Amino acid sequence: MLALSIALMYACSKNEDEVSQQETKIAFTVPSNFPAPAYNFEDNKLSNAGFALGKKLFYDARLSADKSVSCGSCHQQFAAFTQLDHKVSHGVNNCQGKRNTPPLVNLAWQKAFFWDGGVKNIETSPLNAITDACEMGTDIQTIVAFLKATAPYPDMFKQAFGSTEINSQLILKSITQFTAILVSANSKYDQVMRKENGAVFTASEQAGYTLFKEKCSSCHAEPFFTDFSYRSNGLDLLSADEGRSHITSLQADFGKFRVPTLRNIEYTSPYMHDGRFYSLDEVLNHYDSGVKAAENLDASLKSGIPLNSAQKEQIKAFLKTLTDHEFIKNTLFSES
Amino acid sequence: MKITTYLLALLCPALLLTSCKKDNNEITAETKSTFTIEFDNQVNGSPLTLNTTTYKNAKGEDFKINVFKYYVSNIKLSKADGSSYLIRESYFLIDASKAESTNITLKDVPTGDYTKIEYTIGVDYARNFAGAQTGALDPANGMFWTWNSGYIFVKLEGTSPQSTAANNALTFHIGGVVDPNNTIRTFATEINAANPLRIRTDGKPNMHFIVNAAALFTGKTDVSFATLNFTMGGPNSVIVANNYANGLFRLDHIHN
Repeated sequence: MLALSIALMYACSKNEDEVSQQETKIAFTVPSNFPAPAYNFEDNKLSNAGFALGKKLFYDARLSADKSVSCGSCHQQFAAFTQLDHKVSHGVNNCQGKRNTPPLVNLAWQKAFFWDGGVKNIETSPLNAITDACEMGTDIQTIVAFLKATAPYPDMFKQAFGSTEINSQLILKSITQFTAILVSANSKYDQVMRKENGAVFTASEQAGYTLFKEKCSSCHAEPFFTDFSYRSNGLDLLSADEGRSHITSLQADFGKFRVPTLRNIEYTSPYMHDGRFYSLDEVLNHYDSGVKAAENLDASLKSGIPLNSAQKEQIKAFLKTLTDHEFIKNTLFSES
Repeated sequence: MKITTYLLALLCPALLLTSCKKDNNEITAETKSTFTIEFDNQVNGSPLTLNTTTYKNAKGEDFKINVFKYYVSNIKLSKADGSSYLIRESYFLIDASKAESTNITLKDVPTGDYTKIEYTIGVDYARNFAGAQTGALDPANGMFWTWNSGYIFVKLEGTSPQSTAANNALTFHIGGVVDPNNTIRTFATEINAANPLRIRTDGKPNMHFIVNAAALFTGKTDVSFATLNFTMGGPNSVIVANNYANGLFRLDHIHN
């Protein structure tokens, strides 16, 4: 009896040591310049084991139809979790998808997902990519069966959720323990706003920020650099992609897409829902002189956004302050 | 020994008192029992046979059914005095290809005589946008739209020579909860007061509903498969939902 209790005590203290030495406790923290999040882990208790499982699933290409594509294939950390140099997402069997991969950043504050806002909960978002014939091309039943038969998954589910039971709900909740933690809030912009580390904008960045607030922030609202609304920015007279109206069946939403975040914009090229622009210069030239009188063109863009070349350079300088190097390089989020 | 006896004598009345009080409560509100509902899938009075039998819609067009699945949720029972009881977490997916799914069991229902039953044909607004679900609402059941969050409330797939779609397919995936294309419909039916749903601790009644799959295509708007053979939400789903709102279910009888 005595021996047993000593053994128990020893086991306890040993476990605590291991935790403190080897792992940082995964936590979800709301940056001081952000509002309250939409997703708060109330029904999905965040744990190191849940995060580790979610991350492993995120990077496991064996989940896709031809075992070639993982979530991480199209959501690359070095590109702020979008896909570098791909106009549209590149799925199984070399299939080219329909739209540009959205970056996975600050998703816990987002209430609708994808360019058309069709998905309404972060937890159910991965199902879209899992089932799309041009993305992972599989289904959740197949994934459940694979995970049940593949070590170390049953053990990892047990550590994360207390049971070796594997079902779609637990898969989706664990992936969310990874994706909702992808918070990017430590760019130079954030540090300037929070008055941290003596960070200040250069003259050019400051001029760009002033211009940005004047000309861009009505849609690309701080601190997320999107107001999460759906708008047409006049890329084409007649959009080839119906956009938001695919979800709402409303003609007034034809050709509208969600205003994308500009955080880490330096690394998320190419731009627009179809990835047509490879550089920020092309994007700014579009707003300056390329806006077409599309059916549902946003009222604020009727005359475009005239910008001279000095102003364009200043805005670009400001946009680069939205790059969060710590986020892009954080090994906690990397495939291991 | 003496002390124990003495103590027992002291305790006994106290025990009796508390147990009495508890019993009273149980009798008035806390007795619970079970009932079952059988969903008898048919087409215009004939049993539904998947894949093989040819049926006719209200326009006289032939069709066959390969898939027929629907959600019944938020089951609520009412008594003659107007009081009602909503059965918590009552979400059921009825699948014509799975016999066991057509008989559902409702547990922990307060005993009493119920004279009305109502339920949602589909899934309530909130659950369409909630996080990952399990059980009847597990997306693995193939009734969740991955590209436009929300459940398919009623799914009917089949063929008709009149269908202009590829392979003469019929694809009716009815769902969507946002106006103007909200397809949540509530079905309610009175139960004959002479033979109410009598839920008793020693009596577990069975309700027998006839489910008419052809109700999707008639009622408010007779559907021709030449013009409507595919819908996945949107205005055409509303047409179908308005059709089946009243015609899909009919309470046939109750075995008390």
